[in-house]
Amino acid sequence: MTAAAGTARTPLPRARRRLVVPGLLLAVLAAVLLSVTVGAKPVSPGDVWHALWSPDGGESDIIVRGLRVPRTLLGLLAGPALGVAGALAQGHTRNPLADPGLLGVTQGAAFATVLSIVLFRLDGVYGYIWFGLAGALIAGGAVFAIGLAGGRGGPTPVTLALAGTAVSALLYALTSTVVLLDQQAMDVFRFWQIGSIAGRDAAIAGQVLPFVAAGLILAFANARGLDALALGDDVARGLGRRVPLTRTVGLASITLLTGAAVAACGALAFVGLIVPHLARALAGADHRRLLLYSALTGAALLLLADVLGRVVARPGELEVGVVLALLGAPFFVVLIRRGRAVRL
Amino acid sequence: MSAPELRLRRQRPVRIAGASWLLRPRAAAVTLAGLAALLLLMGLNVRLGDIPLTLADVARTVLGGGDAGDRLVVMELRLPRALTGALVGAALAISGAVTQAIARNPLAGPDILGVTSGASVAVVALTVLTGTAHGGAGGTLAAIGIPLAAVAGGLAGAALVYGLAWRKGMDGYRLILVGVGVVAVFTNVKYWLLTAGDVNDAARAMVWISGSLNGRGFEHVVPVAAALAVLVPATLLGSRTLGALRLGDDTARGLGVRIDRGRGALLLAAVLLASVATAAAGPITFVALASPQIALRLAGVAQPPVVVSAVTGAVLVAAADLAARTLTPVELPVGIVTAVLGAPYLVFLLIRTRRVKGGT
Repeated sequence: MTAAAGTARTPLPRARRRLVVPGLLLAVLAAVLLSVTVGAKPVSPGDVWHALWSPDGGESDIIVRGLRVPRTLLGLLAGPALGVAGALAQGHTRNPLADPGLLGVTQGAAFATVLSIVLFRLDGVYGYIWFGLAGALIAGGAVFAIGLAGGRGGPTPVTLALAGTAVSALLYALTSTVVLLDQQAMDVFRFWQIGSIAGRDAAIAGQVLPFVAAGLILAFANARGLDALALGDDVARGLGRRVPLTRTVGLASITLLTGAAVAACGALAFVGLIVPHLARALAGADHRRLLLYSALTGAALLLLADVLGRVVARPGELEVGVVLALLGAPFFVVLIRRGRAVRL
Repeated sequence: MSAPELRLRRQRPVRIAGASWLLRPRAAAVTLAGLAALLLLMGLNVRLGDIPLTLADVARTVLGGGDAGDRLVVMELRLPRALTGALVGAALAISGAVTQAIARNPLAGPDILGVTSGASVAVVALTVLTGTAHGGAGGTLAAIGIPLAAVAGGLAGAALVYGLAWRKGMDGYRLILVGVGVVAVFTNVKYWLLTAGDVNDAARAMVWISGSLNGRGFEHVVPVAAALAVLVPATLLGSRTLGALRLGDDTARGLGVRIDRGRGALLLAAVLLASVATAAAGPITFVALASPQIALRLAGVAQPPVVVSAVTGAVLVAAADLAARTLTPVELPVGIVTAVLGAPYLVFLLIRTRRVKGGT
C-alpha cells in the first residue's frame, strides 16, 4: 500500500477505517435531507417524497422541485468538486494552505464572467457559465505554462504556487477595472464573488456535471502518482513515475473541478481549503482514500453550511460563501497554531 | 528566491552620536538617481489635467512664481496628489522592507500582516453602512471617517494577526500563515459587505479598495509625512537589529540583540506606516512587496535597504499614477496599475530564481 511510504501520520486502525465511508455517506444523506426540508417554509419529508414522485403543483411541490432540489444537487456537485480539487492542489504544491483558487482558476472564471456581462449584456447564470468555465480553463493553462517556463522537469510546487498568485493578482486587477467602469457588471459581480448555490435551477447542475465527472476521474487517476510525488520529485522519478505527466493530469483535474464549481456557484471560499484537512485526519497519506473522503466531506460540509445560512438569518438567508468563511476561519487559525498545517 | 550574495566592497563606517552605518557608494548613487527620477515623474504628474501646463510652468510655480490660476491648480489641486503618491509609496516600501527582513521571506509585506485587508473591511463597512441605502451620511463623515476607519482597521487587523500568531514567542513562518488565514476572512467579510448595500455605495467602496490617489489634498499629505518623519529615523536605528535577525534568532541572541523587543518595535513601525499610507490612498498593492526586492538588487546588498526601498517605492507609485492617468481613456485607480505591473514582476522573479538556482 502506498500509504506505507514514509507517512508521519498513522491512519486509523483497520476496524474503524471500515466505518469511515459508511459514516460519511450517512452524513451526506442527512445533509441532503436537511437541505430539502429546512428553509423559510419547512417541508416534511413526506411532502418532499410527494413532490419528487407525484407532484400536483401544490406550494410545497413548487418549492421542493424549483428551489430545494436544484440547490441540493448543486451542493452535491460543487462540494465534492472543490474538496477534491483542494486535496489535489495541496498535494501538488506541497502547501497545506493551498486552495483551488491559488492556481488562478477562480480569478480566471471571475474575469471571464464580468467580461461576458459587459460585452454581451448576459444576465443570469445561464449566460455566463460557459464564459466562466472557459476563463477558468485558460487561466489554469497559463499558470501551468508559466510554471513550466524557466526550468527543466516540469513545474515544481513552489513555482506553481507563485505563478498562481501572480496570475490571480493580474486577473483580479483586470476584473476590478471592468467592474469599476461598468455598474451593471459590478452589481452582478459582487454577488458572484461571494458564492451561493441558491437561485439556480437544475439545468445548471446538468451543465456542469460532465466537467465535474471528468475532473473526478482524472483526480482518481492522479492519486497513485501523487503518492509518489509526495516523496519528492527525485524519488518519484526514481520510482519510475513520469513527473511532468502526473503534474499535468493533476492540474487539468483541479482546473476542471474548480472551473465547473466556480462557474456554477461563484467564488466559494474555504471548502477546498478546509475539507482536505478534515479528510486527511481520517485518511492518512494515501491519496485515493484522501480524495474519496474529501469528496464526501465536501458534499456534507457545503450542504450543511447552506442549511445553516437559511436557519441563522431568518426570514432572509446568508449566502453559503459567507457561512463557510465564518466557520472556516477559526478552524484555520487553530490548525496553524497547533502546527498541524505546517506538516504535509 | 535568494538575495544576491553579499559582496564586500570598500565600505567606510559613518558615525553620528554613537550610531554607525556603512557608507555604500552604490546605494548612494541609486538613491540620488531615484530622487531625480521621482522629481521628473512628479513634475509630469502635476503637468497633467484639464488645464495643461508645461514642465517649466510647473517648476516656476512650485518655486514661487506663476500666475494665480497656475498657483491654484498646482499648489491646491495637483501637487498634493503627487506628494501623497510619493509619500505613500515610500511608507509602503519601508513597511515591506522591514516585514521582509523580519519574516526572512521576500513574499512578506504589510498585506500579510492584515493591515490592508483590515483597513479595507473598516472602510467598506463605513461606506456601505452609512451610505445612500441607510440614510446617506456621506460628506463630512466620509472625509474624516474614512482615514480614521482605515487606520483603526489596519491596526486592529495587525493586532489580531500578531495576537493569534503569538504562542510563547513569535515565529516568522507562523506569522505569515496566520496572516494568510486572517486576510482570507477579511476578504470574505469585505465581499459580503459589498453585497449588503446599495450598488452606488458598493461602487464607491470599490474605488477606494482598488487604491486611488484621485482628489487627494494636503489633509492626506500631512499624516503620511508626519508618520515618515517619526518612524524612518526609528527604523534606521533599528536596522542593526534587522541585520542581526537575518542571521537567525539564535545567532542574533548570541550577538546580544534583544530580539523579541526589537522585532516587536520594528513590526509596530511597519504596521503604523502601512496603516497611515493605506488611510491616505487605499490599498495600493505590490509596492510593499516589490520595492524592497528591486531596491536590494539595485543597491547590490543582501537585505532590503530602508532608504533605497523608500525611494524605489515613491518612484513606483509616481510612475504607476502617471500610467493610470494617461494609458486609458478613463482614469484608473493607481492600485490597478501597480497590480497589473506587479504580477509580471512576480513571474519574472520566479523564472529568474529558477534559472539561477536550477529549480527550487
